[in-house]
Amino acid sequence: MKFTLGWLKDHLETEAPLDAILDGLIQCGFEVEGVENPGETLKDFTIARVLEAEQHPDADKLRVCKVDTGKGTAQVVCGAPNARKGLIGVFAAPGVYVPGSDFTLGKAKIGGVESMGMLCSERELELSDEHDGIIELPQSAGDHIGERYADVMGIGDPVIDIAITPNRPDGLGVRGIARDLAALGLGKLKKEDLGFAGKGKFGSPVAIELKFDKKNADACPVFAGRYIRGVRNGPSPDWMQRRLRAIGLRPINALVDVTNYVSYDRCRPLHVYDADKIAGNIHARLGKKGESLLALDGKTYDVDGEACVIADDKRVLGLGGIMGGEESGSTEETVNVFVEAAYFDPIRTATTGRKTGINSDARYRFERGIDPQTERLGVNIATKMILDMCGGEPAELVIAGEEPNPRTVITFDPARVEKLTGLKLKNADITGTLKKLGFAVEGTGDALTVTAPTWRPDIHGAADLVEEVIRIAGVDNVPVTPMHRAPGVSKPVMTDGQKRLSRTRRVLAGRGLVEAVTWSFIPRPDAELFGGGQQELELSNPISSEMSFMRPSLIPGLAAAARQNANRGFGDLALFEAGQVYSGDQPDDQRIAASGIRLGTSRLAGRGRHWSGETKSVDLFDAKADALAVIGALGFDPAKVQIVRGAEGWFHPGRSGVIRVGPKNIIGSFGELHPQILKTYDLDGPAAAFEIFIEAIPQSRRKSSQKPPLELNDLQPVNRDFAFVLDEDVLAGDVIRAAQGADKALISGVSVFDIFQGPSLGEGRKSMAIEITLQPQDKTLTDEQIDAVASKIVAAVKKATGGEIRA
Amino acid sequence: MAETLGGERLMDAVATASKADLTKLEKQLLGEIEKAGNLATLEDLRVGTLGKSGSVTALLKTLGKLPADERRETGQAINALKGRVSEALEARKDVLQDEALARRLETERADITLPVYPGPQAEGRIHPLSQVWDEITAIFADLGFAVAEGPDIETDDYNFTKLNIPQEHPARQEHDTFYMKEKADGSRLVLRTHTSPVQIRTMLSQKPPIRIVAPGRVYRSDSDQTHTPMFHQIEALVIDEDTHMGHLKWLISEFCKAFFELDELRVRLRISHFPFTEPSMEVDIGAEAIGKPGEWLEIGGSGMVHPNVIRACNLDPDRYQGFAFGFGIDRMAMLKYGIPDLRAFFGADLRWLKHYGFLPFDVPTLAGGLSS
Repeated sequence: MKFTLGWLKDHLETEAPLDAILDGLIQCGFEVEGVENPGETLKDFTIARVLEAEQHPDADKLRVCKVDTGKGTAQVVCGAPNARKGLIGVFAAPGVYVPGSDFTLGKAKIGGVESMGMLCSERELELSDEHDGIIELPQSAGDHIGERYADVMGIGDPVIDIAITPNRPDGLGVRGIARDLAALGLGKLKKEDLGFAGKGKFGSPVAIELKFDKKNADACPVFAGRYIRGVRNGPSPDWMQRRLRAIGLRPINALVDVTNYVSYDRCRPLHVYDADKIAGNIHARLGKKGESLLALDGKTYDVDGEACVIADDKRVLGLGGIMGGEESGSTEETVNVFVEAAYFDPIRTATTGRKTGINSDARYRFERGIDPQTERLGVNIATKMILDMCGGEPAELVIAGEEPNPRTVITFDPARVEKLTGLKLKNADITGTLKKLGFAVEGTGDALTVTAPTWRPDIHGAADLVEEVIRIAGVDNVPVTPMHRAPGVSKPVMTDGQKRLSRTRRVLAGRGLVEAVTWSFIPRPDAELFGGGQQELELSNPISSEMSFMRPSLIPGLAAAARQNANRGFGDLALFEAGQVYSGDQPDDQRIAASGIRLGTSRLAGRGRHWSGETKSVDLFDAKADALAVIGALGFDPAKVQIVRGAEGWFHPGRSGVIRVGPKNIIGSFGELHPQILKTYDLDGPAAAFEIFIEAIPQSRRKSSQKPPLELNDLQPVNRDFAFVLDEDVLAGDVIRAAQGADKALISGVSVFDIFQGPSLGEGRKSMAIEITLQPQDKTLTDEQIDAVASKIVAAVKKATGGEIRA
Repeated sequence: MAETLGGERLMDAVATASKADLTKLEKQLLGEIEKAGNLATLEDLRVGTLGKSGSVTALLKTLGKLPADERRETGQAINALKGRVSEALEARKDVLQDEALARRLETERADITLPVYPGPQAEGRIHPLSQVWDEITAIFADLGFAVAEGPDIETDDYNFTKLNIPQEHPARQEHDTFYMKEKADGSRLVLRTHTSPVQIRTMLSQKPPIRIVAPGRVYRSDSDQTHTPMFHQIEALVIDEDTHMGHLKWLISEFCKAFFELDELRVRLRISHFPFTEPSMEVDIGAEAIGKPGEWLEIGGSGMVHPNVIRACNLDPDRYQGFAFGFGIDRMAMLKYGIPDLRAFFGADLRWLKHYGFLPFDVPTLAGGLSS
């Protein structure tokens, strides 16, 4: 919403400087988005008269002018074709900053002739792009030689642009803004100009009918109008054109300008029809299928049965509250007019507005809810202006329906103000503020009866009244009040899941992975590739097809990120993400996953070639180690998870695994990415990735902070090595488990230290060497005891895997 | 060699058994030990003197042949000699070992400028969003708030209606909502446009007093220089019987000072409009937060929870009241750490992540300073 300071002062009697007005607007809840103050920018430009204009001795296109600046005569060399004797123009003396050219004027010699200032074009003053010649002012300006150009021409009026929140339609009229500022104490609200007060000289040749069934009667409950005959349309007066231009509207003709002006002045949208183009009477009704309207914007819109239309006996004249029709609009030739002021239902207006996509000042106001009791006022203001500008004879005002009277009555205890804000105010101040804002206040004590003004559709209850009071009293005056901490020991602030998430991130970053945050929505093919793509996870209005499905996994986002980085030349990378993935659209279907991807040589130890040893590419064990590190860091012993085959299809089938605890609880999976996936994402393999669901990791059952007592054994552990020859399919995990189980009391550790395959072992065979650690419990083990355990181990491994001890 | 060297002379000495001879012999042996130039020579000397068939050992063996009256005195002399030779051998050994070590160290020289792997904790990074999230959590934890959460895919009812945004409310248009595909029954879920549905979920599931913060990912169908279709918000909610706007001002001020780590930071609440609060206020902070004193920065919205919202959660608005305060986590990260472009947050450009990211063990704590 834009307006000028001068316009505001039509309604507000104030001496307050601009800055105070701006602060006041902010306090009232009108965010100031911008202020243009041309009077400030142009303060050094004055009005001058060209006394003489002679041809420059050396340059065809230049003239040497003698200029009366009001302070004397200055010689100015000017290149404008219209520089001539008698012209009244805009003068800038040396030392003045010229905004449109961004330089400060100096004394100059042009073609050997001294020039003591310049005559300016509109572009040089940033008024327009006009630069074909210098500004030519009307001869009447000759009475103001030497005075400030901006003041004399009335373009010095600061333009204020404020944001209007949807609850404040009254702020879409200058008068509503003035009312708030007056309540704030920044001046006095002037008596409202009610427009034409006469009776009208003849009966209206055009009648109005509201044709709604009961159910839809609220679409347009009231419609007022007046016929004015014999008008002479033409340009509106300068002051009106200036104000309209200042707020970014294009003056068209007096009849149209009046409607725009009143819309901004009083938040009272109007329409003026060329009455000679109306066939019969005017009806407000719902649209009919098949009807259409050529609107003022030159486009044709189909009308449906939900839209409220204005029609004559033959056709649709306009979309109620949105836009009038081209054919019935007023033009320069219009002689007889019909002025419309109606109330249109906000919801219906919004709906039709959305369907047609028309954004008009009228729609903007009606859909927020204008004062429903301003139909007569609107017609009368417009009547007066039209009569003033265009002459003509007014008919009697006609009105159909009844002005809605939304009397919102609130029982209000003024103590609510302090209760809700902490600011103590006198009851008299509270009622005083409400009255200044137009509220009717009756009663005393703790049960005031407050009636909201009709221009405030946003007021419904006591909290709304508190806001009214506090914005005028000033939120700045609310005393800052410390909150007290809840008594007792502070509880954990994070949920267990959040704690895990935070820790997971630090663990993975500590393992050299860089955290990425990627979009929650991914392209359909990516979603489908990773087990997603269900319809319930599809957006109906995505920004692009690249962002159309909620992600089933973090890996596709990481893979895409990996490709982009690789394309930039950073292919040795390790990325992770920890965040939500979706298996369905219900709250429980959203899970927290942590995934990582390692590419190239980006392993835990470091990446790239290094003098200390051979460069090794990432493989599944890098991803496995990352996953197990998280599991361990979240308090679950990684030795207790089961690693089984059968990871999802985006992993290499033979070089991947599932991590689970028990048969049901799948914690995640890891492996090298499937060659097809590498191809899809255009990655140079190998790439190792994992994904784990951090909330699936079993929680530690221990409740006490007490750790179990440390039991130290003075007896030294004993190590023994075994090498087994096995089928190559035998899993290390099975060998370890078998060995471990041979004597659970004595065997404290099993590790695999060598894997070997070679012709000496035979086709399809491998050798696996393990080291067993025996921890004696009571006394040192004898050779016999050790041999006995060794035999049990050999037997157990053989039984479990068929492996033979290697000779 | 040692055997022939000292042996015969020793034998002679014993044979004569003169004390002076033993002294002379000792001097000679000690001299040889002192001259031993390396550990091998020294070891030869030890074997040749004190070894099983060494000369001093042999000398001792001859004692038995001496008359009893001489045996004792000579024995003592020879044993004393043995002791001193042994000490000299040990002392010389220490010297030679030190010299050998010194020589070895002289040759063992590495190129200490060769680069080492920086280690994983130097390579890894925490995304600025996660870092700032940890900072914000630390502050709110200190202020006694618990963290609450809700799903990204929300019902229209929780995202809008219960928050006092009815179907045709103009605010709905301002939200640029992403909708999920319509279901068979005609209903549509939405991607939540703000974290405020968590207020509803919390108030429906727990009774006041309530003091929570709800961080999370939110979505709006908006994409340009300063908007991304996905971003992050956090909001604080307090519901009890007497928390008022003065407390809200305090909380905002305390939070912002703690977050920007400034003792003095201006906070301004500007009356505005949100359907779910009444009164509603935009939150501005002084731009001194980013080293530009004098200006204002808009960081979020706040207000007293609207009675309709409290009522929609089956609580009595005449009894319960409180405030909500929300802001963008991404924006706070940009302000605090001078990150210019929001879109880059989600670009996963390794160069950006390395530059703006944080080291894994830069864990923000109030005890240690959030960003130091």
